[in-house]
Amino acid sequence: MKIEKQPVTLPPERSAGRRRESPVDRKTDLTATRSLSVSIIGSGGTGVVTCGKILLESIARMGLYALLARSSGPQIRGGESAIMLRLAEQPVENLDDRFDLLLALDWLHVDRFADELPVGADTIILHDSDRGDIPPCFDGATQRRIATPLTRLAEATENGRANMVGLGLLGQLLGIPLETLCTAACDLLKPKGETIVGAGLRCIEQGYAAAPPAPRPLPLSAPVVPPKRWNISGNEACGLGALQGGIRFVAAYPITPASELLEWLAPNLERLGGELVQAEDELASVNMIIGASFGGIPALTATSGPGLSLMMEGLGLAVASETPIVVSNVMRGGPSTGIPTKSEQSDLNLALYGLHGDAPHLVLAALSIRDSVFTTEWAVKLAETLQTVAIVLTDQFLGQARAVIDPPRAPGLKGSRKRAVDRTHYQRYTLTDDAVSPMAIPGDAGCMFTADGLEHDQRGTPSATAADHQQQLDKRRDKLTGFDYGDDWAEIGGAGAICLITWGSASGAVREAAERLTRSGHPTRSVALRLLSPIPEAAFRAAIADASHLLVVEQNHGGQFYDHLNARKLLPPGAGSLARPGPLPLRPGEIVNRVMQGA
Amino acid sequence: MHGPPPLPSLKPKDYKSDVKPVWCAGCGHFAVLSAITKALAQLALPREQVAVVSGIGCSSRLPAYTHVYGFHGIHGRALPLASGLKAARPELTVLVAGGDGDGFSIGGNHFIHACRRNLDLTYIVMDNQVYGMTKGQASPTTPPDWTGSRLTPHGTGLPGFNPAAIALAAGAGFIARGFSGDPGGLTELLIQGIEYPGFAFIHVLSPCITYHPEQRAWKQTVHEQSGATTADPLLAAQHLQQGDQLATGVLFRAPPPAGSATPARRQPITTDQLAARFVVPDQN
Ligand SMILES: Cc1ncc(C[n+]2csc(CCOP(=O)(O)OP(=O)(O)O)c2C)c(N)n1
Ligand code: SF4
Repeated sequence: MKIEKQPVTLPPERSAGRRRESPVDRKTDLTATRSLSVSIIGSGGTGVVTCGKILLESIARMGLYALLARSSGPQIRGGESAIMLRLAEQPVENLDDRFDLLLALDWLHVDRFADELPVGADTIILHDSDRGDIPPCFDGATQRRIATPLTRLAEATENGRANMVGLGLLGQLLGIPLETLCTAACDLLKPKGETIVGAGLRCIEQGYAAAPPAPRPLPLSAPVVPPKRWNISGNEACGLGALQGGIRFVAAYPITPASELLEWLAPNLERLGGELVQAEDELASVNMIIGASFGGIPALTATSGPGLSLMMEGLGLAVASETPIVVSNVMRGGPSTGIPTKSEQSDLNLALYGLHGDAPHLVLAALSIRDSVFTTEWAVKLAETLQTVAIVLTDQFLGQARAVIDPPRAPGLKGSRKRAVDRTHYQRYTLTDDAVSPMAIPGDAGCMFTADGLEHDQRGTPSATAADHQQQLDKRRDKLTGFDYGDDWAEIGGAGAICLITWGSASGAVREAAERLTRSGHPTRSVALRLLSPIPEAAFRAAIADASHLLVVEQNHGGQFYDHLNARKLLPPGAGSLARPGPLPLRPGEIVNRVMQGA
Repeated sequence: MHGPPPLPSLKPKDYKSDVKPVWCAGCGHFAVLSAITKALAQLALPREQVAVVSGIGCSSRLPAYTHVYGFHGIHGRALPLASGLKAARPELTVLVAGGDGDGFSIGGNHFIHACRRNLDLTYIVMDNQVYGMTKGQASPTTPPDWTGSRLTPHGTGLPGFNPAAIALAAGAGFIARGFSGDPGGLTELLIQGIEYPGFAFIHVLSPCITYHPEQRAWKQTVHEQSGATTADPLLAAQHLQQGDQLATGVLFRAPPPAGSATPARRQPITTDQLAARFVVPDQN
């Protein structure tokens, strides 16, 4: 092993977002989020993702929090990949501005990831000296490098693998106890058989011993008695929220990055007495769930942009016939096939405005992996309560990342369907105080009716009269706008004249940016919307009241949310827009910089 | 064919609603509606246990004219909607009704996959070889030289779609053809189709007297199939390919799909148990 330049020491206290270049940046140096950012990269088959999962689980067991995001190349299977891990003392669900540690198992096609892996002068680069030197895209970026013959060390063990040696080395540098690393590895590798587990553990030990001699305690302090925490992916979190909300029927057509959600749901639904049907296309999926819900079974489909586009006519049918359904849309780069494996918040316009006619419905967005449980469960309960369509937006970043989180909270809403009791003069679309009509389901004697996408009267009989059309349009709008969504429509943090407004997965970076700004003397609040339609307008106005600088932050090219707020006249003149498309995640530093430039 | 009907407590008219059909006087679809209500009455099915699902078209207006549960959905998507309902509520009797445009053109893909999926649905297609509702354009079953539509003034020039043969190739277990001009025979076919424990496709020749008045001639040309019902797909394929597509009867009937083919359900679980799987184990 050879250590180049000075011996490596991690900063005793790492402040996220430490940047040295500009005076503007220096102002952002202070933050409550103490964290470390680590990336592992390697070509297909090097075992990058396995390393990431073991690290995440080890960190979880130490009592810390972490986010594990991943990125892969364009290959269908087995191409180069990168994992991006951020560990912290507090819950953390967004990436930092740059990485503190980078472990390269090899450098093949690394240029495809270079812009996703910002490094700085104090980034430590660990690499396998048997697999070539640091390529130009990283060379010069860093003063600190540790070259170790990972491959040769692995070869000393039968079935040994360089990734496990690298994992040991990294574990030692991060101050993870060897035992914690080994038990986590043991649990995660178990399905691969005893031989692999044994070889893996020996390699981890070797890597651990090969780390540079200086003690490198983790600068993050783990609690003595860790609180209860979960290790979950965003797609799993959506699935769990759906099932907790009562979903028992799912029909869907596979699409990246929603497929993992479906694959998680299929066996679990079956064990809950429900069913998942793989449909022939998204036109079928959405109509199948409408049929199941008409039958009284809460139903959901999951898809991504191209599939959501195909579902629009079906969503209108559910709106008009007042049949509750939930669509979980895991966004990816668009338009068209776009960038299927990367994240973007660009399906908002489609979700809000894609339906023909005046078709009010709910659009929600999960704010984090943890929040995916809450938001999806809430969406199911709202859809059932209000007999309408709820579209839940998440994205590739949220869906495919894992995090160590505090146990998610559950919505207070009971969320059951208002069922028909009158069996003599039943009218399916009768007017009521809350504009929600009692719903009969097949099997209810005396309440037979025909659900219809044709405009209808209160009884459900097709009608083309102006009076019936007006009445039913009003009813379908009023049941949504008249409902009390409580405080759950948004998460509001901080206080200050600067106000950052955002939605969905951009919320993590926005919250951190607001905290950094506040600590550097620019008090900032953040308003992250979970309910994007209908927006409770009075509550929104109260949340942004008295702000002197407003910035709407989102990850898309067109500023779709900014336009949505403006169309509803919810923003004061002068409010700015920070709309940046994918595939690179929004980072707190760029939001801070934008605010400081505008200040 | 089947035993004496159970004493019907409900009459066919009890399965009809008071909504007046929008259909032209003389439209074949009236007779199909009557045959459906007769079949339901003869089977003595409780009205709340039956659902009729449709798409869009003159024929697809049918559910609102029945007094059972109904869903008038969107163009071409009746089969998936009905499949979702049947999968979620297997104890219901689910009928699907529509036209040739709805089922074979815009909904063609669902037709194939519903045959494959073989859920216990009865799919009644009222084939008038034209788009009635949109005022007379050619459909997939329109003869290639039909010049009745301004949209295709020289005819479509395309060979007609053979729905029964396609249903067979796609795996439907029960395939019958009926004629709205023979409501008694049609009722009989519907009863058999509803009783068949799998996907039953009933192709009904149902004239559009407004846009295809020449279909009045079906009274003379429609005929019973010559042979008996076969369970042999090769023989059925031969008849379906060679015939004039005007032969009525049960054209193919496979042995019913083996009982509950679903594999043994896995160990039940609760959502609390699912959530517990994500809890990080204690280090100690
Ligand atoms: C998506 C969509 N495209 C087109 C239409 C217009 N449309 C309504 S009914 C119909 C054809 C109906 O023909 P068929 O299913 O054969 O039924 P028929 O009216 O002949 O009984 C069409 C094209 C529609 N309603 N929806
Ligand atoms: S247009 Fe044709 S199919 Fe439609 S109701 Fe009239 S006769 Fe029947």
